Amino acid sequence: MVIFWVYQKDNSDIMQFSKIPGIRNEHKVILFALSTCGWCKLVKQFLMENEVEYDYIDIDLSEENEKEEIRQIIRDRGGSVSFPTTIIDNKILITGFRKDKIKEALNF
Amino acid sequence: MTEISLEKIKERAEIDAKRNGYYLNPDPKFLKSLLQGLKKNEERYNYPSCPCRLASGKIEFDKDIICPCDYRDVDVIEFGACYCALYVDEKMHTGTIELSPVPERRPLEKQAKSYDSTTKEDQTKKSEIIEEAKVSKLKLWFCEQCGYVVYRDEPPLICPICRAKKEMFSKIKTQIIYSS
Ligand code: SF4
Repeated sequence: MVIFWVYQKDNSDIMQFSKIPGIRNEHKVILFALSTCGWCKLVKQFLMENEVEYDYIDIDLSEENEKEEIRQIIRDRGGSVSFPTTIIDNKILITGFRKDKIKEALNF
Repeated sequence: MTEISLEKIKERAEIDAKRNGYYLNPDPKFLKSLLQGLKKNEERYNYPSCPCRLASGKIEFDKDIICPCDYRDVDVIEFGACYCALYVDEKMHTGTIELSPVPERRPLEKQAKSYDSTTKEDQTKKSEIIEEAKVSKLKLWFCEQCGYVVYRDEPPLICPICRAKKEMFSKIKTQIIYSS
């Protein structure tokens, strides 16, 4: 099931995320991915298997201005702009498919 | 949109892996997702750009990430796998070492070209880049170790023939002498 969720910044830019519901929903998990990338699929699968609720964007399918904004969001948090990038509670940034780091940040 | 079969994509990757002494990702599901990614990119951009990198869709900016990308050989040597883990070395192939993410080595300035910059300043930069791309900077390079010659803007990170490092490449100066 996919529900759209809107991320608002400065009331001006609106981004469309796809929400994957899950019972582990106490943390806000955002995933920036590419629709074509193998590692990104593994993160999606891992989150789903562990029933983590998350929102994602496949950036290759995004609008041009959204791409730049996503790049800024990642850079502002000190990340290297590569995919998959997972952001937890708007502050912890995880580059690549790092099971342990994701588990640690989500306490499971 | 050009249609290309998954089998064709797979065959191409297999031939390339064999020729270079590499293997394809040993996990059939992982491998399939990467091949599907390459297929999708080839169909939407007309060239198989790297499935794990954001392409600009303009070939002049994506040349270095057309699969196999310019970074593959050095990544396989250093990490045992390319950035996407499509190509792996023998240890990864047999499962002696578990696959783990490879850091991005593509330079930031090249990555930046895949993002639209909306500020005015960046836009001028963008048009300059396009201008720049039109002017060919291709040069002839030769490998001092094995004599391999290649025509491109930068020498390869490692020689595809003898694996010598980039530093082993020298520019070939061409001179045309007119005689009467
Ligand atoms: S990282 Fe691997 S899959 Fe991606 S373009 Fe390079 S060689 Fe191809």
